Amino acid sequence: MAIVALTGVTKTFPARGKSQAELRAIDGVDLTVDAGDIYGIIGYSGAGKSTLVRLINALELPTSGSIVVNGQEIVGVKESELRKVRLGIGMIFQQFNLFNSRTVWRNIEYPLQVAGVAVEDRNKRISDLLKFVGLADKAAAYPNELSGGQKQRVGIARALATSPSILLADEATSALDPETTREVLALLRRVNEEFGTTIVVITHEMEVIRSIAHKVAVMDSGRVVERGTVFDVFSNPQTPAAQKFVSTVVRAVPEADELAVLRERHPGRIVTLSFSDGSASQSEVFLEFARNGVSFELIYGGINDIQGRTFGHLTLSLTGEAAAISTAIALVSSTITVTEVN
Amino acid sequence: MDALISLQPIFWTAAAETLYIVGLTILFGGIAGLILGLGLYTTRGGSVLQNRAVYTILNFLVNTFRPIPFIIFLAAAQPLARLATGSGIGNNAIIFTLSLAACFAIGRIVEQNLLTVEPGVIEAARAMGAGPFRIIGQILLPEALGPLILGYAFIFVAIVDMSAVAGYIGGGGLGAFALLYGYRQFNPVVTWAAVLLIIVLVQLVQFGANRLARKVLRR
Repeated sequence: MAIVALTGVTKTFPARGKSQAELRAIDGVDLTVDAGDIYGIIGYSGAGKSTLVRLINALELPTSGSIVVNGQEIVGVKESELRKVRLGIGMIFQQFNLFNSRTVWRNIEYPLQVAGVAVEDRNKRISDLLKFVGLADKAAAYPNELSGGQKQRVGIARALATSPSILLADEATSALDPETTREVLALLRRVNEEFGTTIVVITHEMEVIRSIAHKVAVMDSGRVVERGTVFDVFSNPQTPAAQKFVSTVVRAVPEADELAVLRERHPGRIVTLSFSDGSASQSEVFLEFARNGVSFELIYGGINDIQGRTFGHLTLSLTGEAAAISTAIALVSSTITVTEVN
Repeated sequence: MDALISLQPIFWTAAAETLYIVGLTILFGGIAGLILGLGLYTTRGGSVLQNRAVYTILNFLVNTFRPIPFIIFLAAAQPLARLATGSGIGNNAIIFTLSLAACFAIGRIVEQNLLTVEPGVIEAARAMGAGPFRIIGQILLPEALGPLILGYAFIFVAIVDMSAVAGYIGGGGLGAFALLYGYRQFNPVVTWAAVLLIIVLVQLVQFGANRLARKVLRR
């Protein structure tokens, strides 16, 4: 069931100076996020993903289009109503945006105060949340006494205080080191699994998508250019933008400069074999080469595991009789994808 | 020196008058300036009560009145002081005029200090469903408290400076004392005594403000 649905949404920002054109940050986006999903939105800076996520909790209002959140249309609704909508949506930020003048406890308390929760109920909720994020001993600390990872965990606890059905994560791990990133992503995964919270993750790091997202949308110049399950997009990206992102974490086809080096060392015919779950196994393919008297050497590629499903791209240098190589390729092409590398 | 000893009662009265003038000016001008500064900050583009017309008017007002030299402002605003306090001269008239002049400067300083609060922090509060007035009272002012305290200490010193011309419209205080009994009587010791006390006063206030600011500054 869709918990967030954007239809034909555009957002333009007025021109800053006379010489500049108005900026179309979001250009006709349709996007549906199902309840309980972790939905990743990836794009380079300026692609419009930060604006997109702010449309969901109405921090930005669209120029046109419809946005339905938790079954309620939020476009054209007055500000006081939007505040109620925002109570049901948590948000965490790249720079954490904690209140420096408040302790950890009072940071988490703030959304409860805004929501008008009674003090006794607040106290129970805050202790539970502090335990959940593993910071029970830091209740009285101020944000400046915390590490980046701890700050983000406070951010997560604060965002979850009012038990929102949706959590928006805006580059939530981009200011953290790899180890802390893993911890925070693991925490987000727990939030999703234990509370069923729908999470929309904005990032420019494909690793983040691979690690926690179920579905992904690739944004480029204000448009969603590609979307699908993370497995589908990673194993078979269609658009140049998606291919570029996928190539940052998946060794697929060698780039031109890498290929030139490979070619110098390997005289044979170079092909890339793409495997994925359900296609022929590697052993079947390699057996076919052997049967035809084709020898091969693995020169590039790798096998990837995405949420328990595997796919891989292996680039081989094939040597043997030219006719035999062609026959073998034709045979294996019927079961897996073979790409000639030139 | 003898002159100073015989002037002692007047000297302490003058000191008390300076405290009275500066204290009330900081109170009235401080409150007016805080409101003006909040108005400037919250109505500017992208802020919580964004309103181009109001911002333009406030900005114009501040830019118009702030640069006027205080001694000229004092003379020009005399009819207004008479209207407000019932008299164009004396301590109450100077408190009124000082507060008026100071509120424009304070407004600007408040605006600048509020701008040091990370916009992301305000955005976080908005994302939680907090309305503009709640954000101002519960997030914006507490987050900017450290710089605000230092800003007000800065303004305190400026008001002590401005209050020295009170004598021109029959007000009292250390400035008037120094001019009347020191400068005009060719008695530099008396002048220096007034200067010394002003320095001590300013140092004390600045010291207190620094300590307080350090306590609330958490970053």
